[in-house]
Amino acid sequence: MRYDLAVQLGDDALILGHRLSEWCGHAPTLEIDLALANIGLDLLGQAQFFLALAGGSEGQGRDADTLAYRRTEDEFRNCLLVEQPNGDFARTIARQFLFSAWQELQFRALAAGSDKAIAEIAEKAVKEVTYHASFAADWVIRLGDGTAESHKRMAEGLDWCWRFTDELFSGAGAALRPEWDARVNAVLAEAGLHTPKPVRGITGGREGRHSEHLGHSLAEMQYLQRAFPDAVW
Amino acid sequence: MRCGEAMSETIEEGLEARIFALLSHVPDPEIPVISLTDLGIVRAVRLGPPPVVVITPTYSGCPASLVISQSIRRALDEAGLSGVEIKTELSPAWTTDWISDAGRRKLRAYGIAPPETAAARLAGKAAAPAFCPQCGSARTAEISRFGSTPCKALWRCLDCAEPFDRFKCI
Repeated sequence: MRYDLAVQLGDDALILGHRLSEWCGHAPTLEIDLALANIGLDLLGQAQFFLALAGGSEGQGRDADTLAYRRTEDEFRNCLLVEQPNGDFARTIARQFLFSAWQELQFRALAAGSDKAIAEIAEKAVKEVTYHASFAADWVIRLGDGTAESHKRMAEGLDWCWRFTDELFSGAGAALRPEWDARVNAVLAEAGLHTPKPVRGITGGREGRHSEHLGHSLAEMQYLQRAFPDAVW
Repeated sequence: MRCGEAMSETIEEGLEARIFALLSHVPDPEIPVISLTDLGIVRAVRLGPPPVVVITPTYSGCPASLVISQSIRRALDEAGLSGVEIKTELSPAWTTDWISDAGRRKLRAYGIAPPETAAARLAGKAAAPAFCPQCGSARTAEISRFGSTPCKALWRCLDCAEPFDRFKCI
């Protein structure tokens, strides 16, 4: 179903884009502030395309903004990884690294897929995501191969995020796992980090069962539209 | 009949050239030194009816996209072409290879290192350094992979010490 897939892709991008926007003005350096805000901006743009497509294919008059601002958390279909709080910079980088590596593979597959409208957005977005993936991998290596403190924090960030990665490969997504494993492991090896030990994965985001964090995030993101529906300026 | 068809075709061909000429004077909102046609985001004029200008975004989330549509609308309206519609298409995805040679020259003169061309990339120079737009030196280094707009990164020159924006190559 185009609607289901488009909503899932749009929600992943929207929620991670929003999380990254929380760093704006708070990042460790100006360059990181620029980077995280720019990655967030790319993701918001992708979310806009996917959610507009979802709304159009649903045919009930909901546009991208309606889907973003007027759904409750149980109607969101993003993976649990993207809704996790930012934590420190290392955890944010861990989340970005694991997610972007997967998103890049997923978009490459979708760009060659049979749904032309989704393929067009993926073909466009994969250029952006490839850049995100390489930025995040660089930082994993820099922190992992840096000081004792940065190494420790990077390892903790990966451990925190690891239990949410199984969900990325549920169902048909399983085909992407071997290539993702190979890419992630190669970067971790270069960073001098161990691949986290296998843990039982936590899933449910794709069915609308989210962690408590999503509700708080939406409360902030949707505040204006909820308080003043259809506000314009 | 035949004569009429031929005539309307000529008028329509004229329309396409006219719209491209018109948009070659509309500046990019974030890098006003180059025009929308220099940037390569005006992809086609379809003659219709109704005639349609096809544009494509540089980056998915580029905040300039809305301003670009509005600028095109205004330029068309002011030229008496209110009937011409604007359509955004994503495929084929925009690439920096579509920035015109004139656009590259204007970027450099403005202090922004243009992206390397597809030919340079194919020659295996993807990792080649940017040339400083101020002094031309190739002794340059990346400061930040992201810059002041989605399409640029921040670099500095190791010879003249000037920081500069570099167009990301995509």
